[in-house]
Amino acid sequence: IVPVAGLCPQGAYGVQDSLRGGFSSVKNELLPSHPLELSEKNFHLNQDKMNLSTLRNIQGLHAPLKLQMEYRAARQIQRLPFLQSSHLALDTLRGSDDVIGFEDILSDPAQSEMMGEPHLMVEYKLGLL
Amino acid sequence: MATLTVSRAPLSGFSFDNCKRNALLEGEANKVGSNLPAARKTGTTICGLVYKDGVILGADTRATEGMVVADKNCSKIHYISPNIYCCGAGTAADTEMTTQIISSNLELHSLSTGRLPRVATANRMLKQMLFRYQGYIGAALVLGGVDCNGPHLYSIYPHGSTDKLPYVTMGSGSLAAMAVFEDRYKPDMEEDEAKRMVRDAIAAGIFNDLGSGSNIDLCVITKGKVDYIRPHDEANQKGVRVNEEALFQLTGDYKYKRGTTSVLTKMVTPLSLEVVEESIQTMDTS
Repeated sequence: IVPVAGLCPQGAYGVQDSLRGGFSSVKNELLPSHPLELSEKNFHLNQDKMNLSTLRNIQGLHAPLKLQMEYRAARQIQRLPFLQSSHLALDTLRGSDDVIGFEDILSDPAQSEMMGEPHLMVEYKLGLL
Repeated sequence: MATLTVSRAPLSGFSFDNCKRNALLEGEANKVGSNLPAARKTGTTICGLVYKDGVILGADTRATEGMVVADKNCSKIHYISPNIYCCGAGTAADTEMTTQIISSNLELHSLSTGRLPRVATANRMLKQMLFRYQGYIGAALVLGGVDCNGPHLYSIYPHGSTDKLPYVTMGSGSLAAMAVFEDRYKPDMEEDEAKRMVRDAIAAGIFNDLGSGSNIDLCVITKGKVDYIRPHDEANQKGVRVNEEALFQLTGDYKYKRGTTSVLTKMVTPLSLEVVEESIQTMDTS
């Protein structure tokens, strides 16, 4: 059994965070439950990395730098973490406002039956927890 | 609504939460000796052909669920755009959802460009999506249409490879259909000859492959016109057994003749009803 990078607990110091994440089982964490799990988790990240690195090679460092700055600014336009934000500015920047994919149809977070605990989510976001 | 302590919002798209549980359940079921229910496949014969004026797509209409026929008359030729249609083989849900997503995306794209969508665009979108999911989306498609550059025909495999060819077949009956095509195909055929050939290819798949059956659907796409013929040919009609050597048609008649059951007594009681109130409600057909 070869451990897969990216699946290990992502808490501080690389150790499982039992207080917030609950108990863990090494067998569960070693292998992904589906071959596509890792690839799907990082799909947009990897696509962006590839595009930005191509852009850097073609147009120089300023192009990806400016774009990433805009992405970071647009990403901050959102409501409190436990509420649904539309991410309109981010969608327009990435061009995903006129594309429909499985992420729009399946498990729409706006229709999820479970709600996050507001206080804990805000505290986690602010780093107070 | 239940609340739970989560540190980040739930992700949209595919969720792999239940994969381990499913693997465990399947192991348990196999230990007992039973099988988990199979997904509904279309175990199909689909084919496409480029002729003089455009493209003809053909498909059978049987959907199977393991060894049982789930749908005797399902429609396998899906709409992608007014000038592009797509036949789908493989897992029925996968072909349905994939073609619907690509159809929506093509519509948005064509509204954005202001032009009629091209078949190559649909092909590229499909192959990029199928490759992203590494073949786990079991959709084998025959994509055909006529755009500003002429008629085009593509075959798209579940792992994301595509072929651009003048005639293609897919599905479990593809070998039977391809045999017909390889024997009789000529470039630049007339419409009637091409329709007959597609019909014969699908019929070869229907009669020689267990996964294909029922009727033959045809879709003739030319520049500016689409002819969706469903059904084109009812090769298998229920209750009609065609025996070519016999001079009469054998039909299974399960109705009993009047008088088979003898009548012992008969009593007629007239019910007198008087009309109390009569009201007319007009339907709003505007």
